[in-house]
Amino acid sequence: MGNALLVHRLHFAFTITFHYLFPQLTMGLALLIVVLKTIALRRNDPVYHEAARFWGKIFAINFVMGVVTGIPMEFQFGTNWSHFSRFAGGVIGQTLAMEGMFAFFLESAFLGLFLFGEKRLSPKAHWWSAFAVFAGSWLSGYFIIATDAFMQYPVGYYKAADGNLQLGSFRAFVFNPWARWQYAHNMSGAAITGAFVMTAVGAFYLLSGKWTAHARIFVKTGVVAGCVFSILQIFPTGDRQGKMVTDLQPVTLAAMEGLFHSQTAAPIVLIGQPDEQEGRIDNPIQVPGVLSMLTYKRWNAHVRGLDAFPKQDWPDNVSLLYFSYHIMVGLGTLFVAIMVVAFLLLWRSILFHTRWMLWILMLSAPFPYIANTAGWMTAELGRQPWLVYGLMRTENGYSTLVSAGNGIFTLLGFMGMYTVLGILFLFLIWREVDHGPVAEHESLDSLHPMTAAR
Amino acid sequence: MASLWFWIVAAMLTAYVVLDGFDLGAGVIYLLAARTNDDRRRVLRAIGPVWDGNEVWLIAAGGTLYFAFPLLYASSFSGFYLPLMVVLWLLMLRAIGIEFRAHIENRVWQDFFDVVFSGSSILLAVFFGAALGNVVRGVPLDATGYFFEPLWTNFKLRSQIGILDWYTVLIGVLALVTLTAHGSYYVALKTDGDLGHRSRGIALLCWPLQFFLTCTALVASYFIRPRIMDNYVNHPIGLLVPIVVVTTLAIMLWANPKGKEKLAFLASSLYITSMLVGAAFAVYPVVLSARDHQYDLTIYNTAAASHGLSVGLAWWTLSAVLAVAYFVFVYRMFRGKVQLGEGHY
Repeated sequence: MGNALLVHRLHFAFTITFHYLFPQLTMGLALLIVVLKTIALRRNDPVYHEAARFWGKIFAINFVMGVVTGIPMEFQFGTNWSHFSRFAGGVIGQTLAMEGMFAFFLESAFLGLFLFGEKRLSPKAHWWSAFAVFAGSWLSGYFIIATDAFMQYPVGYYKAADGNLQLGSFRAFVFNPWARWQYAHNMSGAAITGAFVMTAVGAFYLLSGKWTAHARIFVKTGVVAGCVFSILQIFPTGDRQGKMVTDLQPVTLAAMEGLFHSQTAAPIVLIGQPDEQEGRIDNPIQVPGVLSMLTYKRWNAHVRGLDAFPKQDWPDNVSLLYFSYHIMVGLGTLFVAIMVVAFLLLWRSILFHTRWMLWILMLSAPFPYIANTAGWMTAELGRQPWLVYGLMRTENGYSTLVSAGNGIFTLLGFMGMYTVLGILFLFLIWREVDHGPVAEHESLDSLHPMTAAR
Repeated sequence: MASLWFWIVAAMLTAYVVLDGFDLGAGVIYLLAARTNDDRRRVLRAIGPVWDGNEVWLIAAGGTLYFAFPLLYASSFSGFYLPLMVVLWLLMLRAIGIEFRAHIENRVWQDFFDVVFSGSSILLAVFFGAALGNVVRGVPLDATGYFFEPLWTNFKLRSQIGILDWYTVLIGVLALVTLTAHGSYYVALKTDGDLGHRSRGIALLCWPLQFFLTCTALVASYFIRPRIMDNYVNHPIGLLVPIVVVTTLAIMLWANPKGKEKLAFLASSLYITSMLVGAAFAVYPVVLSARDHQYDLTIYNTAAASHGLSVGLAWWTLSAVLAVAYFVFVYRMFRGKVQLGEGHY
């Protein structure tokens, strides 16, 4: 029984983690492509048009990956978590259906026009098709966040006679206070991924001395966006999200921070390994009072540690939660440092020649992916042991009739499939980056008629 | 309210089969009808701008089913665990088959994705038909409202049954033939020259099979579930369905050799619609029938509470109007026969 629970948890965790590698770039790039196209339209600058087209091609490959890995998510609520679906479907089914009806139709209809319709549409109409794709992807994000927010902090429901949840107030459910800051924090995180990837490709071209006109646009756009969003990521969105966890999931906060014992003037742990047996942090580097300050705005405020809560309500993997949270926060802080320095160099007009900084910008591309993944792990491990906070425990939500063996069979299937998809994706993205925004020589044109025609 | 949502979900699933059906069908005939690289690119161009949108009808129907009938969603998705996972893998393979082929101009690369695309399309058509067969035949639901079926047991309808048995495979083959014809009419409509000619030829070959399998499937369905006639007896308006089925089959037979592809395609769409409406009409108000009828899942014991359903109706109507508007717009943008030249695929 416990075995099947673990398999179903891994099944969802693996497929959602792999899936979210793609939407974060989709959502981030969609925004930046709209920015590039707006500038292109305003200045009537062909280089900006080429830049937008180049990112459109990367976007297309990434979007396909997001679609194919996203379809299983909509199914898995029913296939692997049927008791949960029966329990909460009357409420969260609303936002999941709305995602399909409002966001996916919008995205899929206009993506084709955005990718293949530039010749058929006027420049303005083509801008609108890019905007529709952006709006669809960001709308999609909201419906998913609202669904997750219900699992974190259920509101707007009532419990029917059969024990299942039903929609009480549509407004309260869709505009869950938890969803607001989580959405802002999440979308800012997606924009950071988009900005770092765009900057990294630009930095790579500048370092290799190719397509430098386009590369400057990539780096400039990416650094400005990266600077804005990495600051927004910490303040106010991250700060407010943390405040919500403090107020509504205090046991989660204690586990995230590795605070085993309640205390006044609680320290913040910067580095150290939680020892769950002994109830302490090994090899700690900590700053006294800061956790109290961050959570309650007073240096000597009393913060409840894990010992203030019954052990059965603790998140079931304290160490992984602690590390996810610390990796997220550590990387988030690093992003601000990198982007602020890059922005100052850009402002002084020396960034494009500062090779050490371009190296850093190029090599940072994978880290927003890690930070976003760690952030979602913090949210979802922090929700444990609950599936719907305070209402249904995770152990009661999975499909009991789907055996562990069948679960492992399909989990392995997904692992194999996603390995192949991941390799194909990297290969195709590398090819696009290698081809660059425009053909370098005439000879390339005959080899790649698509590139030439654009 | 619950019956309204029953017909909404049925309509969305029908929209999915009619729309994604033609691009699935195009995948089925792909290797047979499109022999040269140019022909293959033409087929992909005919479905390229629309296949993803068509597939959204499946996702949107799944989401709508989830919120309107949570127990049905929970029960059927976990019970059909294995075939759904297979369908997911096939949908993935098919998507990359369509989208990744054009990225590299190399024969080996393209041949590989051609086979991936066509193979997954064929299997998907069979699996979707078998799924419908399962709903009509009934599944081993128990008092908890759940069940689990293995992929197959002994292909018979006795003792422990599986997803695939002679009946569901029969419906699967009917679905394959129907979508093959449907896709052929679409390709014929969107292309000219040899490719259009061969597509018409394939559709012509499909017709007698489609006719024979339609009759066999109806008889077999009555044989394994006599209850399906009850609604027709009580509400004779349902008898319009077989009339439409026969008429549309006749129109397909007549229009195809005359080169009236549009009429043939519309007739095929109407044929699929009436077959699915006929099935929905037959099972209503049961949404998933049990082998033991006292455990049938109906619209009454699976629907969400009425407040959620009424709120849902408001936003659903708005979003459906928008979705239809997008579709009209996109199909108008890409109307006419496809041309090679600049652009993707």
